[in-house]
Amino acid sequence: MAKIIAERLNFYYGDFRALADISMHIEEYQITALIGPSGCGKSTFLRCLDRMNDTIPGTRVEGKVWLDGQDIYAPGTDVVDLRRRVGMVFQRPNPFPQTVFDNVAFGPRVLGLHKKENLADIVEASLRGAALWDEVKDNLKQDALSLSLGQQQRLCIARAIAVRPEVILMDEPCSALDPIDTLEIEELMRRLKVDYTIVIVTHNMQQAARVSDWTGFFWLGRLVEFAATQDMFTKPTHELTESYITGRAG
Amino acid sequence: MNQPQRFRWAEFTIEALIRVLGFSTIGFVLLIFLFLLREGLPTFFEVPLGNLFGTRWYPTFDLFGTLPLILGSALVTLTAIVIALPLGVATAVFVREVAPGWARELLKPMIEVLAGIPSVVLGFFGMTVIAPLVRQTLGAPTGLTAFTGALILAYMSLPTLISVAEDALDAVPKSYRDAGLAMGATQWQTIWRVVVPAARSGIVTAVMLGLGRAIGETMAVMMVTGNAARLPLTLDSLFRPVRTMTATIAAEMGEVAQGSVHYHALFAIGIILFLMTFLINLAAALTIFQKRRRGGLR
Ligand SMILES: Nc1ncnc2c1ncn2[C@@H]1O[C@H](COP(=O)(O)OP(=O)(O)OP(=O)(O)O)[C@@H](O)[C@H]1O
Ligand SMILES: [Mg+2]
Repeated sequence: MAKIIAERLNFYYGDFRALADISMHIEEYQITALIGPSGCGKSTFLRCLDRMNDTIPGTRVEGKVWLDGQDIYAPGTDVVDLRRRVGMVFQRPNPFPQTVFDNVAFGPRVLGLHKKENLADIVEASLRGAALWDEVKDNLKQDALSLSLGQQQRLCIARAIAVRPEVILMDEPCSALDPIDTLEIEELMRRLKVDYTIVIVTHNMQQAARVSDWTGFFWLGRLVEFAATQDMFTKPTHELTESYITGRAG
Repeated sequence: MNQPQRFRWAEFTIEALIRVLGFSTIGFVLLIFLFLLREGLPTFFEVPLGNLFGTRWYPTFDLFGTLPLILGSALVTLTAIVIALPLGVATAVFVREVAPGWARELLKPMIEVLAGIPSVVLGFFGMTVIAPLVRQTLGAPTGLTAFTGALILAYMSLPTLISVAEDALDAVPKSYRDAGLAMGATQWQTIWRVVVPAARSGIVTAVMLGLGRAIGETMAVMMVTGNAARLPLTLDSLFRPVRTMTATIAAEMGEVAQGSVHYHALFAIGIILFLMTFLINLAAALTIFQKRRRGGLR
């Protein structure tokens, strides 16, 4: 079943059209990878899905994005609630300069979840969910910035899942990490997709092939090809796709 | 051969000049400090310590208790900070985070102009406008109180506080704001729970710089605090006249005989004041240093 459907989505930075007529189905409890050369609009598309582009002045959206059948760009949409349902993990790990505990507790606190449930339980469950619990459980009061980069990124994932989103968007979550941390995050993603719908932007073809179920190939703001990952990497239908994934273009 | 030679001479002259200027600045500071010590230190031999740190300042009767003055300065300064901190931080947040671009461009220079108002003008304003207001609202016998002084001082330290706090907010990386918003926090929640805490050490620095400026301020304070050298220990002290260290020096230095015990005692107050400001500035410098080391500025 499709969790998110983008329908003829156009996006403009001022006069510059960064996305042109993107239509895509993002399946629930699956990992969808977005690939393509630098500047082709992958991040822009991703930020359309939780309306983070709203924070950039002078931008404009046309078309529709349906989340569970509701248009998230319809007037009157609660953007704050949307972003609770659609979480985001960024390229550079960006934990707040606070304790590990406070980082994970941030979302539950601002959303008032801690009034109904035990905050410590939420934090523990989220850290376990992000495969970080065993490494930090003895010192939840340590400064988040004292963790290694890989740990910081998993902390950001824990922070994101603490508010129990339905979708997690990841924009090149491993590009600042070393290969071991990268494999750890990929392993984590495979476990997370049981509970979450995941969309990941990546520059790493092997990563897309390894973790994703679906792959979308962007080129100059257009979605050139969208297919099951296996098909995409074994028998791409477009010449452009083939030359990109075999490393001859881009 | 000729050309490079001349070039190097110019270089040498400029360098030497800069060096002389730099060292002479340090030299002047040292000289002032030595002068302060030479004039003030004798007090500690001429006046018994019990008297010097006693509770009564009546130079005519050889009573040189500096405690009321120290506490007076502390009371006025701390109250000023308590008033200025929330105002300053709120203004900085507004200017940096909320105000639209054109308003920011308008507000920033205006805040800087505030810093340029001579303190005697503020003192005059305090005497003629604020003091009567304080007297009426409190029903007090006089409007010249510690509180009035604190109001004026708060106003004076605001420009420094705001601009330093604003710089601190500005240094908070956008990635923190994005993370907060992407979590479903509102703009306000992101500001208060992410951005302001992340700028905390910078805001502490801002407060200390404001504090350093406020404690040394003389003219405006002397004009509005009533200058009664009484020990501000009761609860209502805030709304009674008070005397600060700076006001004491300024008021009495003119009529004191050079070399007398009283004269030396005034310099001793100067030494105490100098030490206090020095410690505050040191604390500010240390927080900045700590922030750098923690990588808070990335
Ligand atoms: N804030 C912005 N203002 C103006 N143009 C922008 C902005 N952000 C991105 N763009 C432009 O939009 C286009 C798509 O950018 P986007 O960041 O989505 O690409 P990307 O596929 O994520 O690239 P990369 O792989 O380098 O991250 C680029 O041409 C970029 O220059
Ligand atoms: Mg990108």
